[in-house]
Amino acid sequence: MNAADTAFVLICSALVMFMTPGLGLFYGGMVRSKNVLATIMQSFIIVGLVSIVWAVAGYTLAFGKDVGGIIGGLDFLFLNGVGMDAAGGPVENIPHLAFMIFQCMFAVITPALITGAYAERMKFGGFLVFTTLWLLVVYCPMAHWVWGKGWMATMGALDFAGGAVVHMSSAAAALAATVVLGKRKGYGTSPFIPHNLPMTVLGAAILWFGWFGFNAGSALAADGFAVNAFVTTHLAAAAAALAWILMEKLHSGKATTLGAASGAVAGLVAITPAAGFVTAMPAILIGLGGGVFCYLGILLKGKLGYDDSLDVVGVHGVGGTWGAIATGLFASINKASGLFYGNPSQLWVQLASVAATWAFCFTASLILFKLVDATVGLRASAEEEERGLDLSQHNETGYQA
Amino acid sequence: MKKVEIITRTFKLDDIKAALSEIGIKGMTVSEVKGFGRQGGHKEVYRGAEYQVDFVVKVKIEVVVEDARVADVIAAATKAARTGQVGDGKIFVLPVEEVVRIRTGETGDAAV
Repeated sequence: MNAADTAFVLICSALVMFMTPGLGLFYGGMVRSKNVLATIMQSFIIVGLVSIVWAVAGYTLAFGKDVGGIIGGLDFLFLNGVGMDAAGGPVENIPHLAFMIFQCMFAVITPALITGAYAERMKFGGFLVFTTLWLLVVYCPMAHWVWGKGWMATMGALDFAGGAVVHMSSAAAALAATVVLGKRKGYGTSPFIPHNLPMTVLGAAILWFGWFGFNAGSALAADGFAVNAFVTTHLAAAAAALAWILMEKLHSGKATTLGAASGAVAGLVAITPAAGFVTAMPAILIGLGGGVFCYLGILLKGKLGYDDSLDVVGVHGVGGTWGAIATGLFASINKASGLFYGNPSQLWVQLASVAATWAFCFTASLILFKLVDATVGLRASAEEEERGLDLSQHNETGYQA
Repeated sequence: MKKVEIITRTFKLDDIKAALSEIGIKGMTVSEVKGFGRQGGHKEVYRGAEYQVDFVVKVKIEVVVEDARVADVIAAATKAARTGQVGDGKIFVLPVEEVVRIRTGETGDAAV
């Protein structure tokens, strides 16, 4: 085992953990003040809920011994056999527990992303039940297919840090959420204006910072590939923030703070699958694409009329899809090569994995939403929604007068 | 006794406070309000979606004075608050039935 690699992966795990409360702040600032606590609470409590579910059962379903390319076995149930040495783990250089806890933080943030789609109208109990089921039924198989020696890995799909496992999966679920939950009361007629953009920008900054752990840590070693991922992550975020505000200037007249923050996040999403497979200059192009395509994606939401409150589909769906395709175009290092480096077949593999990801995650999420809706109930009542979720779900007010 | 309500631009608060102090009015109640009259609102844009915000933030200054002083208050406040642009606001004069100073129990003009 390698001490430097172990230290690095642990620190990266902590960085990724920080992203989930950061996401809570990013989302929290964008909702109306009567819903700020409920929004933050969803992200915050997910750290607790998913961590336990992951440790007990999620880890083994994702990374246990492969069963038919579909799912992991139960060898690591209750973290049995996951110890302080590398034994049983996928790599030799870090303890098995280190890999588990690093992956835990990815499992935590992925369902938290979905909360943005159903913000301002979801019941707390329904959210807890749905999240638990979604982790086991959608996230764990996806993680297994891509990273756990499942069928997508066998097919050769490239996803360095989770463009499919994290971003496309949560975006597909977000889309399913809008179908089942419907629009917020007053959507389209009343103005829903972000109540605390300073909070949102703080959240975006925490996400950018944490993403270094997300992408560089996915090298699972303190080596050149980790450094490369760190650099590509940073440059993509930077390029995307600039691209987004440029789009804003051209389209609606002024660059905005929300646009800069959103652009940076879009770039980070786009580079996620590519970070360890592309070099710095292509990363800039990937970031530019992320900013442009995600901005257009958000405009599309307005035209299609579905209520994805905080643009999970526009940012994570479009960004993750672009990132997966861009990986097929620009991959050039780490035993990977894309279309622009003489290997057109990678692009087809990427497209296949994109299609399969959207199809599976959307369908499975739709079924889960309907199931939870029919049993526990998903949507807050009209009166609860009007009063605000902070009061109706948690008996709290975010800001005392 | 009358209550004089002055609704005008927020940055005029200090000027009005000074002008009223000069004519001997040392107490007032101030609140931030929203409203619109002839002044239009403004546009805000969030993630490409445009919102027309009709309400404009104003300051409301309330002073209660003896009937004889109302004209002086209106004159001083108007002079301090006027810019000549749409959005200068309005002054309302309302009758006040009773005034009580809580500390001493004085009522009427003595309590103003």
